[in-house]
Amino acid sequence: MPRVVFVRPDGTKQEADASDGASVMQAATANLVPGIVAECGGELSCATCHVFVDEQWLGALPARSEDEEEMLEATSEEPTDASRLCCQITLDASLDGIVVHIPKTQK
Amino acid sequence: MHIEPTATDRIVVVGGGQAGADFVAALRMAGHQGPVTLVGAEPGYPYARPPLSKAYLSGKATAEDLYIRPPAMYEQQGIDLRTGTRVTAIDRTARHVVLADGERLSYAHLVLATGGRARRLPAPGLDAAPNVHYLRTLADVAAMRHRFVPGARLAVVGGGYVGLEVAAVARQVGLDVTVLEALPRVLARVTAPQVSAFYQRVHTEEGVDIRVDTAVTGFAFASDGSVAAVELKSGERIDADLVLVGIGLVPDTELAEQAGLAVDNGIVVDEYCRTEDPAVLAIGDCTSHPCGEHGGRRRLESVPNASEQARVAAATVTGSLQPYTAIPWFWSDQYDVKLQTTGLSTGYDEVVIRGTTETGRSFAAFYLKDGLVRAADVVCSPRDFTAARKLVAARARVAPEALRDLSVPLKQLL
Repeated sequence: MPRVVFVRPDGTKQEADASDGASVMQAATANLVPGIVAECGGELSCATCHVFVDEQWLGALPARSEDEEEMLEATSEEPTDASRLCCQITLDASLDGIVVHIPKTQK
Repeated sequence: MHIEPTATDRIVVVGGGQAGADFVAALRMAGHQGPVTLVGAEPGYPYARPPLSKAYLSGKATAEDLYIRPPAMYEQQGIDLRTGTRVTAIDRTARHVVLADGERLSYAHLVLATGGRARRLPAPGLDAAPNVHYLRTLADVAAMRHRFVPGARLAVVGGGYVGLEVAAVARQVGLDVTVLEALPRVLARVTAPQVSAFYQRVHTEEGVDIRVDTAVTGFAFASDGSVAAVELKSGERIDADLVLVGIGLVPDTELAEQAGLAVDNGIVVDEYCRTEDPAVLAIGDCTSHPCGEHGGRRRLESVPNASEQARVAAATVTGSLQPYTAIPWFWSDQYDVKLQTTGLSTGYDEVVIRGTTETGRSFAAFYLKDGLVRAADVVCSPRDFTAARKLVAARARVAPEALRDLSVPLKQLL
Protein backbone atom coordinates (compact mmCIF):
# COMPACT_ATOMS: atom_id res chain seq x y z
CA MET A 1 0.00 0.00 0.00
CA PRO A 2 1.84 3.11 -1.17
CA ARG A 3 1.58 6.10 1.13
CA VAL A 4 1.47 9.73 0.05
CA VAL A 5 2.50 12.61 2.27
CA PHE A 6 0.61 15.80 1.47
CA VAL A 7 2.19 18.97 2.82
CA ARG A 8 -0.23 21.84 3.25
CA PRO A 9 0.78 25.44 2.61
CA ASP A 10 1.06 25.99 6.40
CA GLY A 11 3.51 23.09 6.69
CA THR A 12 1.16 20.53 8.26
CA LYS A 13 1.51 17.07 6.89
CA GLN A 14 -1.25 14.65 6.10
CA GLU A 15 -0.36 11.08 5.30
CA ALA A 16 -2.70 9.03 3.12
CA ASP A 17 -2.75 5.35 2.23
CA ALA A 18 -3.49 4.52 -1.37
CA SER A 19 -3.92 1.39 -3.35
CA ASP A 20 -1.46 0.25 -6.01
CA GLY A 21 -2.43 1.76 -9.32
CA ALA A 22 -4.34 4.65 -7.77
CA SER A 23 -3.29 8.17 -8.62
CA VAL A 24 -2.03 10.71 -6.10
CA MET A 25 -5.23 12.64 -6.86
CA GLN A 26 -7.35 9.65 -5.85
CA ALA A 27 -5.36 9.32 -2.63
CA ALA A 28 -6.20 12.96 -1.95
CA THR A 29 -9.91 12.79 -2.68
CA ALA A 30 -10.25 9.54 -0.72
CA ASN A 31 -8.77 11.21 2.33
CA LEU A 32 -10.40 14.63 1.98
CA VAL A 33 -7.08 16.40 1.54
CA PRO A 34 -7.90 20.12 1.34
CA GLY A 35 -6.59 21.97 -1.70
CA ILE A 36 -6.83 19.09 -4.16
CA VAL A 37 -10.06 20.01 -5.91
CA ALA A 38 -9.90 17.51 -8.78
CA GLU A 39 -12.87 19.04 -10.52
CA CYS A 40 -12.77 16.83 -13.62
CA GLY A 41 -12.17 13.64 -11.66
CA GLY A 42 -8.83 12.85 -13.23
CA GLU A 43 -9.55 13.34 -16.92
CA LEU A 44 -6.77 15.88 -17.48
CA SER A 45 -9.29 18.61 -18.20
CA CYS A 46 -9.27 21.06 -15.30
CA ALA A 47 -5.85 21.60 -13.67
CA THR A 48 -7.26 21.74 -10.14
CA CYS A 49 -5.11 18.92 -8.72
CA HIS A 50 -1.82 20.77 -9.13
CA VAL A 51 0.95 19.83 -6.67
CA PHE A 52 4.63 20.61 -6.28
CA VAL A 53 6.48 17.31 -5.98
CA ASP A 54 9.12 17.32 -3.26
CA GLU A 55 12.58 17.66 -4.74
CA GLN A 56 13.81 14.27 -3.54
CA TRP A 57 10.98 12.52 -5.40
CA LEU A 58 11.09 14.43 -8.68
CA GLY A 59 13.56 12.04 -10.29
CA ALA A 60 11.35 9.05 -9.52
CA LEU A 61 8.53 10.24 -11.78
CA PRO A 62 8.04 9.72 -15.50
CA ALA A 63 8.09 12.87 -17.61
CA ARG A 64 5.02 15.04 -18.10
CA SER A 65 2.96 14.40 -21.22
CA GLU A 66 2.38 17.22 -23.67
CA ASP A 67 -1.24 17.57 -22.53
CA GLU A 68 -0.20 17.77 -18.90
CA GLU A 69 2.44 20.31 -19.84
CA GLU A 70 -0.20 22.49 -21.50
CA MET A 71 -2.74 22.07 -18.69
CA LEU A 72 -0.14 23.16 -16.16
CA GLU A 73 -0.44 26.62 -17.63
CA ALA A 74 -4.00 26.68 -16.27
CA THR A 75 -3.14 26.24 -12.61
CA SER A 76 -4.14 28.76 -9.98
CA GLU A 77 -0.55 29.07 -8.83
CA GLU A 78 2.43 29.69 -11.10
CA PRO A 79 3.89 26.27 -11.99
CA THR A 80 7.56 25.36 -11.49
CA ASP A 81 9.77 22.49 -12.64
CA ALA A 82 8.36 20.53 -9.71
CA SER A 83 4.74 21.01 -10.79
CA ARG A 84 2.54 18.07 -11.68
CA LEU A 85 -1.14 17.41 -12.04
CA CYS A 86 -1.40 14.70 -9.47
CA CYS A 87 -4.09 12.80 -11.38
CA GLN A 88 -1.20 11.89 -13.69
CA ILE A 89 0.99 10.33 -10.99
CA THR A 90 0.19 6.64 -10.68
CA LEU A 91 1.28 5.08 -7.42
CA ASP A 92 3.19 1.86 -6.99
CA ALA A 93 5.64 0.49 -4.43
CA SER A 94 8.49 2.57 -5.85
CA LEU A 95 6.63 5.76 -4.91
CA ASP A 96 5.80 4.68 -1.35
CA GLY A 97 6.17 7.74 0.84
CA ILE A 98 6.15 10.30 -1.99
CA VAL A 99 5.91 13.86 -0.65
CA VAL A 100 3.89 16.48 -2.50
CA HIS A 101 3.22 20.11 -1.59
CA ILE A 102 -0.23 21.65 -2.03
CA PRO A 103 -0.41 25.09 -3.63
CA LYS A 104 -1.77 27.93 -1.47
CA THR A 105 -4.29 29.24 -3.94
CA GLN A 106 -5.95 26.04 -5.15
CA LYS A 107 -9.43 25.91 -3.73
CA MET B 1 -14.96 9.80 18.36
CA HIS B 2 -18.44 8.51 17.85
CA ILE B 3 -21.17 11.10 17.85
CA GLU B 4 -24.70 9.95 18.64
CA PRO B 5 -27.06 11.20 15.97
CA THR B 6 -29.65 13.54 17.31
CA ALA B 7 -32.71 14.86 15.63
CA THR B 8 -31.59 18.42 15.94
CA ASP B 9 -28.25 18.57 14.13
CA ARG B 10 -28.50 15.98 11.38
CA ILE B 11 -27.94 17.05 7.80
CA VAL B 12 -29.90 15.04 5.26
CA VAL B 13 -28.90 15.00 1.61
CA VAL B 14 -31.36 13.75 -0.99
CA GLY B 15 -29.58 12.51 -4.11
CA GLY B 16 -26.40 10.47 -4.43
CA GLY B 17 -24.98 11.90 -7.65
CA GLN B 18 -22.01 14.21 -8.11
CA ALA B 19 -23.52 17.09 -6.14
CA GLY B 20 -24.62 14.98 -3.17
CA ALA B 21 -21.35 13.05 -2.95
CA ASP B 22 -19.26 16.19 -3.29
CA PHE B 23 -21.40 17.93 -0.69
CA VAL B 24 -20.85 15.36 2.06
CA ALA B 25 -17.11 15.44 1.44
CA ALA B 26 -17.07 19.25 1.36
CA LEU B 27 -19.12 19.33 4.54
CA ARG B 28 -16.54 17.28 6.43
CA MET B 29 -13.72 19.33 4.94
CA ALA B 30 -15.54 22.45 6.15
CA GLY B 31 -15.38 21.03 9.64
CA HIS B 32 -18.92 19.82 10.22
CA GLN B 33 -18.72 16.90 12.63
CA GLY B 34 -22.39 16.18 13.22
CA PRO B 35 -24.43 13.40 11.68
CA VAL B 36 -24.90 13.33 7.93
CA THR B 37 -27.22 11.04 6.00
CA LEU B 38 -27.02 10.74 2.23
CA VAL B 39 -30.09 9.16 0.65
CA GLY B 40 -29.78 8.07 -2.97
CA ALA B 41 -32.36 6.34 -5.14
CA GLU B 42 -29.80 4.47 -7.22
CA PRO B 43 -28.13 1.40 -5.75
CA GLY B 44 -24.39 1.40 -5.01
CA TYR B 45 -21.89 4.08 -4.17
CA PRO B 46 -22.05 7.53 -5.77
CA TYR B 47 -20.30 7.52 -9.13
CA ALA B 48 -19.15 9.96 -11.77
CA ARG B 49 -21.41 10.24 -14.80
CA PRO B 50 -19.11 11.71 -17.50
CA PRO B 51 -17.31 8.39 -18.09
CA LEU B 52 -20.65 6.64 -18.68
CA SER B 53 -20.74 7.79 -22.30
CA LYS B 54 -17.00 7.23 -22.75
CA ALA B 55 -14.76 4.85 -20.80
CA TYR B 56 -17.57 2.87 -19.18
CA LEU B 57 -19.57 2.42 -22.38
CA SER B 58 -16.45 1.32 -24.24
CA GLY B 59 -15.61 -1.17 -21.48
CA LYS B 60 -12.34 0.55 -20.50
CA ALA B 61 -13.62 1.37 -17.02
CA THR B 62 -15.47 -0.74 -14.46
CA ALA B 63 -18.27 0.52 -12.24
CA GLU B 64 -15.77 0.69 -9.35
CA ASP B 65 -13.51 2.92 -11.43
CA LEU B 66 -16.33 5.45 -11.53
CA TYR B 67 -16.72 5.91 -7.77
CA ILE B 68 -16.47 9.59 -6.85
CA ARG B 69 -14.88 8.65 -3.54
CA PRO B 70 -13.75 5.20 -2.41
CA PRO B 71 -16.44 3.33 -0.43
CA ALA B 72 -14.27 3.38 2.70
CA MET B 73 -14.43 7.17 2.79
CA TYR B 74 -18.09 7.19 3.81
CA GLU B 75 -17.45 4.96 6.77
CA GLN B 76 -14.25 6.73 7.78
CA GLN B 77 -16.06 10.06 7.69
CA GLY B 78 -19.09 8.78 9.55
CA ILE B 79 -21.46 9.38 6.66
CA ASP B 80 -24.66 7.39 6.85
CA LEU B 81 -25.10 6.30 3.25
CA ARG B 82 -28.55 5.03 2.29
CA THR B 83 -28.53 4.13 -1.38
CA GLY B 84 -31.23 2.25 -3.23
CA THR B 85 -33.57 4.31 -1.08
CA ARG B 86 -36.17 6.81 -2.20
CA VAL B 87 -37.36 9.88 -0.38
CA THR B 88 -41.09 10.14 -0.96
CA ALA B 89 -41.93 13.36 0.86
CA ILE B 90 -40.55 16.33 2.73
CA ASP B 91 -42.33 17.71 5.77
CA ARG B 92 -40.88 21.19 6.16
CA THR B 93 -42.91 22.00 9.23
CA ALA B 94 -41.80 18.93 11.17
CA ARG B 95 -38.38 19.09 9.46
CA HIS B 96 -38.15 15.52 8.36
CA VAL B 97 -38.09 13.53 5.15
CA VAL B 98 -40.10 10.38 4.62
CA LEU B 99 -38.43 7.35 3.02
CA ALA B 100 -40.20 4.81 0.81
CA ASP B 101 -40.40 2.32 3.69
CA GLY B 102 -42.05 4.91 5.91
CA GLU B 103 -39.01 5.79 7.99
CA ARG B 104 -38.68 9.46 8.89
CA LEU B 105 -35.36 11.24 9.08
CA SER B 106 -35.27 14.52 10.95
CA TYR B 107 -32.99 17.25 9.72
CA ALA B 108 -31.49 20.50 10.81
CA HIS B 109 -30.59 21.19 7.19
CA LEU B 110 -31.91 19.42 4.14
CA VAL B 111 -29.92 19.49 0.92
CA LEU B 112 -31.72 18.60 -2.30
CA ALA B 113 -29.28 17.18 -4.84
CA THR B 114 -31.87 15.37 -6.89
CA GLY B 115 -30.34 15.95 -10.32
CA GLY B 116 -32.43 14.95 -13.25
CA ARG B 117 -33.55 12.16 -15.53
CA ALA B 118 -33.19 11.59 -19.24
CA ARG B 119 -36.02 13.18 -21.21
CA ARG B 120 -38.12 10.40 -22.72
CA LEU B 121 -39.21 10.37 -26.31
CA PRO B 122 -42.98 9.99 -26.25
CA ALA B 123 -43.79 7.39 -28.89
CA PRO B 124 -46.15 4.42 -28.61
CA GLY B 125 -44.37 1.16 -27.81
CA LEU B 126 -41.01 2.82 -27.24
CA ASP B 127 -40.82 2.38 -23.48
CA ALA B 128 -41.33 -1.38 -23.85
CA ALA B 129 -38.72 -1.84 -26.58
CA PRO B 130 -35.68 -3.67 -25.16
CA ASN B 131 -33.24 -2.09 -27.64
CA VAL B 132 -34.14 1.55 -27.01
CA HIS B 133 -31.77 3.19 -24.57
CA TYR B 134 -31.23 6.40 -22.66
CA LEU B 135 -28.01 7.43 -21.02
CA ARG B 136 -28.07 8.81 -17.52
CA THR B 137 -27.23 6.01 -15.11
CA LEU B 138 -24.88 3.06 -14.74
CA ALA B 139 -27.88 0.80 -15.20
CA ASP B 140 -28.75 2.53 -18.50
CA VAL B 141 -25.28 1.84 -19.85
CA ALA B 142 -25.09 -1.69 -18.44
CA ALA B 143 -28.31 -2.45 -20.31
CA MET B 144 -26.99 -1.28 -23.66
CA ARG B 145 -23.33 -2.28 -23.59
CA HIS B 146 -23.86 -5.82 -24.84
CA ARG B 147 -25.40 -4.41 -28.01
CA PHE B 148 -22.21 -2.50 -28.81
CA VAL B 149 -20.72 -5.07 -31.16
CA PRO B 150 -19.00 -4.49 -34.51
CA GLY B 151 -21.46 -4.21 -37.36
CA ALA B 152 -24.51 -3.46 -35.21
CA ARG B 153 -26.59 -0.57 -36.54
CA LEU B 154 -27.08 2.25 -34.04
CA ALA B 155 -29.53 5.09 -34.57
CA VAL B 156 -28.92 8.06 -32.29
CA VAL B 157 -31.89 10.38 -31.79
CA GLY B 158 -30.53 13.80 -30.83
CA GLY B 159 -27.31 15.51 -31.85
CA GLY B 160 -26.32 16.89 -28.45
CA TYR B 161 -23.22 16.03 -26.44
CA VAL B 162 -24.56 12.72 -25.12
CA GLY B 163 -25.61 11.53 -28.57
CA LEU B 164 -22.34 12.55 -30.18
CA GLU B 165 -20.19 11.03 -27.43
CA VAL B 166 -22.06 7.74 -27.77
CA ALA B 167 -21.70 7.93 -31.55
CA ALA B 168 -17.93 8.34 -31.14
CA VAL B 169 -17.60 5.33 -28.84
CA ALA B 170 -19.82 3.28 -31.14
CA ARG B 171 -17.67 4.07 -34.17
CA GLN B 172 -14.55 3.15 -32.26
CA VAL B 173 -16.14 -0.21 -31.42
CA GLY B 174 -17.12 -0.66 -35.08
CA LEU B 175 -20.86 -0.01 -35.11
CA ASP B 176 -22.67 1.48 -38.04
CA VAL B 177 -23.94 4.83 -36.73
CA THR B 178 -26.59 7.30 -37.87
CA VAL B 179 -27.25 10.48 -35.88
CA LEU B 180 -30.68 12.07 -36.34
CA GLU B 181 -30.99 15.73 -35.38
CA ALA B 182 -34.22 17.68 -35.83
CA LEU B 183 -32.56 21.11 -35.90
CA PRO B 184 -30.46 22.35 -38.82
CA ARG B 185 -27.20 21.55 -36.99
CA VAL B 186 -25.84 19.42 -34.15
CA LEU B 187 -25.13 21.06 -30.76
CA ALA B 188 -27.38 23.90 -31.90
CA ARG B 189 -28.39 24.95 -28.40
CA VAL B 190 -24.92 25.11 -26.93
CA THR B 191 -22.51 26.31 -29.53
CA ALA B 192 -21.87 28.46 -32.61
CA PRO B 193 -22.60 27.27 -36.16
CA GLN B 194 -18.88 27.00 -36.90
CA VAL B 195 -18.36 24.62 -33.99
CA SER B 196 -21.39 22.57 -35.03
CA ALA B 197 -19.97 22.33 -38.55
CA PHE B 198 -16.64 21.20 -37.12
CA TYR B 199 -18.28 18.36 -35.19
CA GLN B 200 -20.37 17.35 -38.18
CA ARG B 201 -17.19 17.13 -40.27
CA VAL B 202 -15.29 15.13 -37.65
CA HIS B 203 -18.11 12.63 -37.21
CA THR B 204 -18.50 12.30 -40.96
CA GLU B 205 -14.76 11.67 -41.29
CA GLU B 206 -15.09 8.99 -38.64
CA GLY B 207 -17.82 7.31 -40.64
CA VAL B 208 -20.96 8.51 -38.85
CA ASP B 209 -23.96 9.31 -41.03
CA ILE B 210 -25.03 12.68 -39.61
CA ARG B 211 -28.51 13.80 -40.62
CA VAL B 212 -29.62 17.28 -39.59
CA ASP B 213 -33.03 18.85 -40.25
CA THR B 214 -34.35 15.36 -39.78
CA ALA B 215 -37.56 14.86 -37.83
CA VAL B 216 -38.25 11.43 -36.39
CA THR B 217 -41.93 10.65 -36.94
CA GLY B 218 -42.18 7.10 -35.61
CA PHE B 219 -40.71 3.67 -35.20
CA ALA B 220 -41.21 0.30 -36.82
CA PHE B 221 -41.24 -2.61 -34.40
CA ALA B 222 -40.21 -6.24 -34.75
CA SER B 223 -42.48 -8.99 -33.46
CA ASP B 224 -40.63 -9.12 -30.11
CA GLY B 225 -41.40 -5.45 -29.49
CA SER B 226 -37.93 -4.15 -30.27
CA VAL B 227 -37.41 -1.29 -32.68
CA ALA B 228 -36.45 -2.42 -36.17
CA ALA B 229 -36.30 0.96 -37.86
CA VAL B 230 -36.66 4.68 -37.23
CA GLU B 231 -39.14 6.45 -39.49
CA LEU B 232 -38.34 9.93 -40.73
CA LYS B 233 -40.52 12.77 -41.95
CA SER B 234 -39.00 12.38 -45.40
CA GLY B 235 -40.55 8.92 -45.54
CA GLU B 236 -37.17 7.25 -45.24
CA ARG B 237 -36.59 4.42 -42.75
CA ILE B 238 -33.31 3.94 -40.89
CA ASP B 239 -32.88 0.26 -40.02
CA ALA B 240 -31.49 -0.13 -36.54
CA ASP B 241 -30.37 -2.84 -34.13
CA LEU B 242 -30.40 -0.38 -31.28
CA VAL B 243 -31.54 3.16 -30.64
CA LEU B 244 -30.02 5.71 -28.29
CA VAL B 245 -32.22 8.64 -27.37
CA GLY B 246 -30.30 11.71 -26.18
CA ILE B 247 -32.73 14.60 -26.10
CA GLY B 248 -31.89 16.29 -22.86
CA LEU B 249 -32.47 16.18 -19.15
CA VAL B 250 -35.54 16.85 -17.04
CA PRO B 251 -34.64 18.18 -13.59
CA ASP B 252 -36.05 16.19 -10.68
CA THR B 253 -37.97 18.90 -8.87
CA GLU B 254 -41.14 17.04 -7.85
CA LEU B 255 -40.15 16.58 -4.20
CA ALA B 256 -39.40 20.27 -3.89
CA GLU B 257 -42.65 21.22 -5.61
CA GLN B 258 -44.69 18.94 -3.37
CA ALA B 259 -43.01 20.54 -0.39
CA GLY B 260 -44.16 23.94 -1.62
CA LEU B 261 -40.75 25.26 -2.63
CA ALA B 262 -40.45 27.57 -5.62
CA VAL B 263 -39.54 25.81 -8.84
CA ASP B 264 -38.82 27.57 -12.11
CA ASN B 265 -36.95 25.28 -14.51
CA GLY B 266 -35.18 23.98 -11.41
CA ILE B 267 -35.42 24.48 -7.67
CA VAL B 268 -35.04 28.19 -7.06
CA VAL B 269 -31.99 29.01 -4.91
CA ASP B 270 -29.94 32.10 -4.13
CA GLU B 271 -26.18 32.48 -4.60
CA TYR B 272 -25.62 30.57 -1.33
CA CYS B 273 -27.70 27.60 -2.59
CA ARG B 274 -30.54 28.44 -0.17
CA THR B 275 -34.17 27.97 -1.07
CA GLU B 276 -36.78 30.24 0.43
CA ASP B 277 -36.85 27.87 3.44
CA PRO B 278 -33.71 28.62 5.49
CA ALA B 279 -33.43 24.94 6.47
CA VAL B 280 -33.50 23.68 2.88
CA LEU B 281 -30.76 24.05 0.26
CA ALA B 282 -30.49 22.71 -3.27
CA ILE B 283 -27.42 22.01 -5.42
CA GLY B 284 -26.43 20.70 -8.83
CA ASP B 285 -28.35 20.00 -12.03
CA CYS B 286 -31.73 20.44 -10.32
CA THR B 287 -31.22 24.08 -9.32
CA SER B 288 -32.14 27.36 -10.90
CA HIS B 289 -29.59 29.81 -9.54
CA PRO B 290 -28.74 33.48 -10.04
CA CYS B 291 -26.28 34.08 -12.86
CA GLY B 292 -25.30 37.55 -11.83
CA GLU B 293 -26.12 39.17 -15.14
CA HIS B 294 -29.18 41.42 -15.31
CA GLY B 295 -30.58 39.53 -12.33
CA GLY B 296 -31.18 36.49 -14.49
CA ARG B 297 -31.26 32.83 -13.49
CA ARG B 298 -29.94 29.71 -15.11
CA ARG B 299 -29.81 25.98 -14.67
CA LEU B 300 -26.59 24.18 -15.55
CA GLU B 301 -26.05 20.51 -16.24
CA SER B 302 -22.39 20.03 -15.46
CA VAL B 303 -20.02 18.40 -13.02
CA PRO B 304 -18.09 21.60 -12.20
CA ASN B 305 -21.38 23.32 -11.33
CA ALA B 306 -22.44 20.43 -9.09
CA SER B 307 -19.06 20.45 -7.32
CA GLU B 308 -19.00 24.20 -6.90
CA GLN B 309 -22.52 24.34 -5.53
CA ALA B 310 -21.62 21.47 -3.18
CA ARG B 311 -18.79 23.58 -1.76
CA VAL B 312 -20.97 26.68 -1.56
CA ALA B 313 -23.72 24.77 0.26
CA ALA B 314 -21.22 23.21 2.68
CA ALA B 315 -20.00 26.69 3.53
CA THR B 316 -23.57 27.92 3.99
CA VAL B 317 -24.48 25.07 6.31
CA THR B 318 -21.35 25.55 8.40
CA GLY B 319 -22.05 29.24 8.77
CA SER B 320 -19.41 30.83 6.55
CA LEU B 321 -21.31 32.20 3.59
CA GLN B 322 -19.39 32.09 0.31
CA PRO B 323 -21.38 33.10 -2.75
CA TYR B 324 -21.34 31.11 -5.97
CA THR B 325 -19.14 33.07 -8.33
CA ALA B 326 -17.48 30.37 -10.40
CA ILE B 327 -17.44 30.72 -14.15
CA PRO B 328 -19.10 27.68 -15.69
CA TRP B 329 -16.93 25.31 -17.61
CA PHE B 330 -17.51 22.07 -19.39
CA TRP B 331 -15.69 19.40 -21.35
CA SER B 332 -16.50 16.75 -23.91
CA ASP B 333 -14.31 13.99 -25.39
CA GLN B 334 -15.11 12.50 -28.77
CA TYR B 335 -12.52 10.42 -30.67
CA ASP B 336 -9.24 12.32 -30.28
CA VAL B 337 -11.11 15.63 -29.98
CA LYS B 338 -11.06 17.23 -26.56
CA LEU B 339 -13.40 20.17 -26.17
CA GLN B 340 -13.06 22.52 -23.22
CA THR B 341 -15.58 25.30 -22.84
CA THR B 342 -15.44 28.28 -20.50
CA GLY B 343 -18.18 30.80 -19.84
CA LEU B 344 -21.67 30.71 -21.32
CA SER B 345 -21.98 31.58 -24.96
CA THR B 346 -25.63 32.67 -24.81
CA GLY B 347 -26.27 36.21 -25.95
CA TYR B 348 -23.08 36.79 -27.95
CA ASP B 349 -22.98 39.19 -30.87
CA GLU B 350 -19.74 38.03 -32.48
CA VAL B 351 -17.86 34.75 -32.87
CA VAL B 352 -14.14 34.83 -33.56
CA ILE B 353 -12.45 31.65 -34.74
CA ARG B 354 -8.78 31.22 -33.93
CA GLY B 355 -7.35 28.69 -36.37
CA THR B 356 -9.66 26.85 -38.70
CA THR B 357 -12.68 24.60 -38.21
CA GLU B 358 -12.57 23.37 -41.80
CA THR B 359 -9.48 21.18 -41.59
CA GLY B 360 -7.58 19.56 -38.75
CA ARG B 361 -8.83 19.09 -35.21
CA SER B 362 -7.65 22.05 -33.18
CA PHE B 363 -9.06 25.57 -32.97
CA ALA B 364 -10.77 27.95 -30.58
CA ALA B 365 -14.05 29.84 -30.89
CA PHE B 366 -14.39 33.02 -28.85
CA TYR B 367 -17.79 34.48 -28.08
CA LEU B 368 -17.84 38.26 -27.73
CA LYS B 369 -20.52 40.64 -26.62
CA ASP B 370 -19.99 44.37 -26.98
CA GLY B 371 -16.34 43.59 -27.71
CA LEU B 372 -15.76 41.70 -24.47
CA VAL B 373 -14.75 38.03 -24.34
CA ARG B 374 -17.64 36.18 -22.71
CA ALA B 375 -17.04 32.52 -23.50
CA ALA B 376 -14.82 30.21 -25.51
CA ASP B 377 -14.91 26.71 -26.95
CA VAL B 378 -11.38 25.38 -27.20
CA VAL B 379 -10.68 22.20 -29.14
CA CYS B 380 -7.49 20.26 -28.50
CA SER B 381 -5.45 23.07 -27.03
CA PRO B 382 -5.27 23.00 -23.24
CA ARG B 383 -2.82 25.90 -23.49
CA ASP B 384 -5.35 28.10 -25.27
CA PHE B 385 -8.06 26.92 -22.87
CA THR B 386 -5.97 28.17 -20.01
CA ALA B 387 -5.61 31.57 -21.55
CA ALA B 388 -9.27 31.59 -22.61
CA ARG B 389 -10.38 30.97 -19.03
CA LYS B 390 -8.41 33.98 -17.92
CA LEU B 391 -9.73 36.15 -20.75
CA VAL B 392 -13.32 35.17 -19.90
CA ALA B 393 -12.78 35.71 -16.18
CA ALA B 394 -11.40 39.16 -16.89
CA ARG B 395 -14.15 39.97 -19.40
CA ALA B 396 -11.22 41.12 -21.48
CA ARG B 397 -11.66 43.55 -24.32
CA VAL B 398 -9.59 42.06 -27.13
CA ALA B 399 -9.60 43.04 -30.77
CA PRO B 400 -10.91 40.17 -32.91
CA GLU B 401 -7.82 40.46 -35.17
CA ALA B 402 -5.61 39.76 -32.18
CA LEU B 403 -7.62 36.69 -31.18
CA ARG B 404 -7.40 35.40 -34.75
CA ASP B 405 -3.66 35.96 -35.08
CA LEU B 406 -2.06 32.55 -34.49
CA SER B 407 1.38 34.12 -34.38
CA VAL B 408 0.43 35.87 -31.13
CA PRO B 409 0.15 33.52 -28.13
CA LEU B 410 -3.13 34.12 -26.32
CA LYS B 411 -1.17 34.56 -23.12
CA GLN B 412 0.14 37.84 -24.48
CA LEU B 413 -3.41 39.18 -24.73
CA LEU B 414 -4.04 38.88 -21.00
